[in-house]
Amino acid sequence: MPKRQKVLVLYLKFPSLEAEVISWATFDGTGQKLHMTGDSDEPPYPTGLDALLDGWRLFQSSQAIPEHPGEEFRTSYLKHEFFFEKIEEGDF
Amino acid sequence: MVKLLSTEQMAEFANSGCLFFDGLIDNETNKEFLNDIGHTDIENVDNMQKYFQNIKASSSIPRIPAGTPLKNAYPNKSPLEKIFQNEVVAGAINSLVGSEAVVDHQFLHLTFPTKYFKKTNQRQMSQVNHQDSTIDPRITFDIQLFYFPTDVTKEMGGTRYHPGTHLRIVNEMGIAKYQNIKGQKNIVCKAGTIGIFHNGLWHGAGVNFSDEIRYMFKVRLQPTEKQELLWDPEKKYKPLPNKALYWTDENQEKTVNDILMKSYPWQEADTNRLDKINTIKFWRMLTGHKNLDIDYWLTRIENELY
Repeated sequence: MPKRQKVLVLYLKFPSLEAEVISWATFDGTGQKLHMTGDSDEPPYPTGLDALLDGWRLFQSSQAIPEHPGEEFRTSYLKHEFFFEKIEEGDF
Repeated sequence: MVKLLSTEQMAEFANSGCLFFDGLIDNETNKEFLNDIGHTDIENVDNMQKYFQNIKASSSIPRIPAGTPLKNAYPNKSPLEKIFQNEVVAGAINSLVGSEAVVDHQFLHLTFPTKYFKKTNQRQMSQVNHQDSTIDPRITFDIQLFYFPTDVTKEMGGTRYHPGTHLRIVNEMGIAKYQNIKGQKNIVCKAGTIGIFHNGLWHGAGVNFSDEIRYMFKVRLQPTEKQELLWDPEKKYKPLPNKALYWTDENQEKTVNDILMKSYPWQEADTNRLDKINTIKFWRMLTGHKNLDIDYWLTRIENELY
């Protein structure tokens, strides 16, 4: 059976999987659902840990990078990023 | 006479990066604008580009060289001149970017409904989140003024925006990977609504699931003077004294500082504190009070004795 990857990206309130989800994105390699920007106001899981409990496998998380000297108060992108995947088999 | 913004409205802008004036422009001017651009039903539109080119060719919306003073930008008695002369619109512009602001650019955004995409066999997607233009670390800020000539219903996918993101320094579509952000909002408004965004506010267009074309006319304005107390020419604003932190009195009255220190559900626990610090720095710039503080955030870390 062919296999396809589904990717879930969660941005958390602090850098631990027990933290609350504050931003999210889903990319469905099975083609069953087309996700797009602004398509849901409620996160798919309350925390990162809840995603693990539902079978998502963590494969990447953001590193803790010390702020550059002189730039300690500069704010930018969301910091606490976690990439998960599910591999699905099917007749795609 | 123009109606300058109140200190509370300025604080709301400093904290959220946006202000809205719901249904401000009268229906007659809204109709005049729609007639001027040749608005029609979607059934009459076969090609988005042609429709857009017709608007550019026949409407009174002029070509404005970048850097043109706003006061010279629009033809006499045109709908857009009337909008910019509205006492509330003019007052908000003067309060934020001054009376000598110049036009950076303008654009009429059209968002076509689902039936157009079906008819033309195209995929209908929302616009990704982005911050306009390019990475912009200035203290000076521009504003983007949005005018909605028709009602915008929830189905019409009005501009999605993320209050409180305006002071985060990012590079345009570098934020496109955030499909959804907690606390995201979509503009749902009456015809004639004016929205004003800080140039740094994260945003994107939604999908139009209605049967109508959605229009949003945007002008980016740049100041030519320092943006200090422009809303308060008599310089009446005075910073509030320090208050007790954490171990506080009950039933304290809400003040302008509470507006400035509002948090948002998308903010991380750690960076939320930096967002507050940057809002205080922004308020220092807007008020001209260089040592002003709120909740001791800056005094604490500026107390360097070595």
